[in-house]
Amino acid sequence: MCGRPMPEDALLRLDGVHTHIGRYHILHGVDLTVREGRLTMLLGRNGAGKTTTLRTIMGLWRAGAGAIRFTGADITARPTPDIARLGIAYVPESMGIFGHLTVRENLLLAAGPAGFDAARLDAVFALFPVLRAKFQQAAGTLSGGQKQMVAISRAIIEERRLIIVDEPTKGLAPAVIGQLIEAFQALKRARTTVLMVEQNFHMARALGDEVAVMDDGRIVHTGPMAALAADEALQARLLGLSLASHQ
Amino acid sequence: MSGRNPDWAALALVPVLAILALPLMDVRSWVALTAAGAAMGMMLFLMASGLTLIFGLMDVLNFAHGAFVTLGAYLAATVLGALAGWVGADALVANLAALAAAVAVGAVASGAAGLLFERLIIRRVYGAHLQQILITVGGMIVGEQLILAAWGAQPLQVAKPAALRGSVIIGGAAVEKYRLVAMALGVAVFALMQVALNRTRIGLLVRAGVENREMVEALGYRIRRLFVGVFVAGTALAGIGGVMWAVYQEMVTAAIGADMTILVFIVVIIGGLGSVGGCFAGAVLVGLVANYVGFLAPKLALGSNIALMVLVLLWRPRGLFPLARA
Repeated sequence: MCGRPMPEDALLRLDGVHTHIGRYHILHGVDLTVREGRLTMLLGRNGAGKTTTLRTIMGLWRAGAGAIRFTGADITARPTPDIARLGIAYVPESMGIFGHLTVRENLLLAAGPAGFDAARLDAVFALFPVLRAKFQQAAGTLSGGQKQMVAISRAIIEERRLIIVDEPTKGLAPAVIGQLIEAFQALKRARTTVLMVEQNFHMARALGDEVAVMDDGRIVHTGPMAALAADEALQARLLGLSLASHQ
Repeated sequence: MSGRNPDWAALALVPVLAILALPLMDVRSWVALTAAGAAMGMMLFLMASGLTLIFGLMDVLNFAHGAFVTLGAYLAATVLGALAGWVGADALVANLAALAAAVAVGAVASGAAGLLFERLIIRRVYGAHLQQILITVGGMIVGEQLILAAWGAQPLQVAKPAALRGSVIIGGAAVEKYRLVAMALGVAVFALMQVALNRTRIGLLVRAGVENREMVEALGYRIRRLFVGVFVAGTALAGIGGVMWAVYQEMVTAAIGADMTILVFIVVIIGGLGSVGGCFAGAVLVGLVANYVGFLAPKLALGSNIALMVLVLLWRPRGLFPLARA
């Protein structure tokens, strides 16, 4: 709420956000802060409202009440393209790949009007070398892991202030998950700000600086990821899991 | 589309149909009917390509599309009537200039009417198919009545430019000159659309928008602006199709667009909703089948295109070149 302390490095802030989808009331006053240069994990059981929170930030679903501020500016009622143009990249749960377009064309859509920046394209290929070989291939013909690489590459092909990622490991093989963890660790070293929804606790623990846990459309816990990772009782209470079962 | 293996079975359908028809008639008839079918196909393509683009990107079923065809047809009558000197001149350049003027006026006026229609009507029913059907069918009726009010109820004669009358002999068969012009224009428009869709950033956005509108917006593009542009382009193409069809028929009535609507929808469905390449193949197929069946079994001509659509859908339930959509 308005009385909530505001960290100096807050990049994104949600205050009392409510979202309805049709006649369903999904978010019940979400308060969330994403700090600049940090990777914030948004965790919670299925149906807790994580994806709805991300879509509401992007303006894909409208907040019925509350405020969303990015770099201090109110973006609650802005159209999705305007929000994206502020420097927010979004990788949806479905990845949002254009299957009929080539990998190159998928990335080109996210690049600036002048086309690719050679250095950034090289950086993408350094993170995901397989994409160099698949550059002219239709994205729809790639494996699930490769599609996720394209989706993440699209988010980083231009400089962004915030990257929002919804369950990047969903349905992927462990080897691919390892590669994604390495990629996000490289983004962390570059001080990229990330808000990520993740069900894979191993991934969350490996990457998260901060964590927010959702339940029933509300944030029920916030704090350092390391503290949650170290407290199995808290995990069991908040997430219904033990770390031991997710090693 | 780029980066994908071509669907050879679907691509082979047009040549296979033409080859299968050859043993059923003499070569001269086959050449004449194939040229007539291809020309009819190109005019259908001009009318249908806008409809498929509008459906593909905007998910709008525009049953008023025929009204823009009718508008183009009436404007052809007016412009060619006003340029009677050029139309009747014994000079190919003057004849083609008259036809080009009619095409330009038809495209611009239909596109402008399309812009108005999108702003006033279509934008209120995005995402609501039932409302789209009701309101665009209503738009078709209102459009026809407005055209009747402007031009009157009497059918209008359309003058075919002098140099485009008559036939040329190809392979011993007489092929109407105007059909060759229609074929050339159809192929040119198809080529332009392919270049625009596959070699420009706007084309890339249209192709992406056809597949996943929401993601295009999440990448920072205002897709509603693209919607308007595509709607205007689609209705302008309908106007061009109307001009070409009117000159071909040499007669215009207010029902010309409505009469073509069924064929245009058959073309779009056969091709795969939203696919420009599919629309091109579907239009040629419909044109060829109409001409071959009309020659071989005239009593079956009326239902031949419906039968073609049924057969294609039994083979490919989503049309010849369906689009993947998120």
